[in-house]
Amino acid sequence: MDGITLLTIFVLAVFVGFEVVSKVSTTLHTPLMSGANAIHGVILVGAIIVTGQTTSTVGLVLGLLAVVLATVNMVGGFVVTDRMLEMFKGRGQRPAASQEAGR
Amino acid sequence: MRLLDTTWTSLGYLVAAVCFILALKGLSSPATARRGNLIGAAGAVLAVLVAFLSTDLEHVLLILLAIAVGTALGVPAARRVAMTQMPQLVALFNGVGGAAAALVAGLELTRTMSLPGVGQVSALVIGNKGWFAYAPLSGSTFVPPVTGTAYVAAAAGAFTVLVGAVSFAGSVVTFAKLQEIMTTRPVTFPGGPVVFGGSLAVAVGLAVAIVVDVRNGEVNGLLVLALALVSMLVGVLFVLPVGGADVPIVISLLNAFTGLTVAASGYVLDNVLLLVAGTLVGASGTILTRLMAAAMGRSLASILFGAFRQKAAGP
Repeated sequence: MDGITLLTIFVLAVFVGFEVVSKVSTTLHTPLMSGANAIHGVILVGAIIVTGQTTSTVGLVLGLLAVVLATVNMVGGFVVTDRMLEMFKGRGQRPAASQEAGR
Repeated sequence: MRLLDTTWTSLGYLVAAVCFILALKGLSSPATARRGNLIGAAGAVLAVLVAFLSTDLEHVLLILLAIAVGTALGVPAARRVAMTQMPQLVALFNGVGGAAAALVAGLELTRTMSLPGVGQVSALVIGNKGWFAYAPLSGSTFVPPVTGTAYVAAAAGAFTVLVGAVSFAGSVVTFAKLQEIMTTRPVTFPGGPVVFGGSLAVAVGLAVAIVVDVRNGEVNGLLVLALALVSMLVGVLFVLPVGGADVPIVISLLNAFTGLTVAASGYVLDNVLLLVAGTLVGASGTILTRLMAAAMGRSLASILFGAFRQKAAGP
């Protein structure tokens, strides 16, 4: 894909990223950070492609390491976010307490 | 396997990107937060499936094994962690994500021929010079034609290694601070800002050297390794002066950094999904960092560099 198309996609994604989180409530700061953290675990896609196309042993070892680390980031990230939100639900009646814990 | 053609691959990645946008949107409001997170997870699973079904891959069994190992490490850690220790676990997850991005970009850089814009003789050149456009092939050392695109891709790759390593090392330090493995107080030492600035300058210099190196048709792996190591030092020095109470904000900032590295590696790999997902996290993470700092009544500059200023103004 040519550079200008990629630049266009990049700039538009910046605006979408700014826009979707601009009205987040204070209690959700930590879960939102955790969820965004899990989303960048999608680097797993890159790790899989690079590892699957490598020709050297060093490349294979480092690539597999990248796959392991990216999986930890992605899977662990979504699971821990879900747990955070689960606890939020239980503490819904006490927003002050959950805000304290959220920090 | 190449079960999906380019169109279906792009459509699959598009759906995954939409899932990520809906996930961030959902996470912004208490009523929809949990569903938003699940939508994000579904998008990630879809993205990985599309990657497997659309690319010719070697070592598929080893890759699947590595994914199983990663899941076996990540899920129990996320399930067992106490509520109070969740921020440092998120920091750790962010750090390994940054490390993964740095590894991916480092591997792609050292296989320079796979960078977009290397070895692609443009139609214009062929049209002008005919067969002679391929003349370098007959030489003893093959130097692939390198276009401007290749230099941009190499710069994006070097950026990913630099920032990914900063994010990794910085996140490990934030983890150590929150876990109270080390002191939670700001750590400063005489000349700290100079050492930080100096190591950052060395890292940027190495990144420039890598971009220049692309001209030779092969990037020296040692340069990439040196860049990663110096950048890790930068990451440690970046986080040391931050006090314990401000650490979550730095985690959020490093999270945004990792997002940007994923976006840059998407450019290197010519993968639109990585570009979009990484940019989303980078942009939303930046806004979130500012909101978190504002909620604490602090400015980002005072959180990051306040320890130096206090020392300068000291009692």
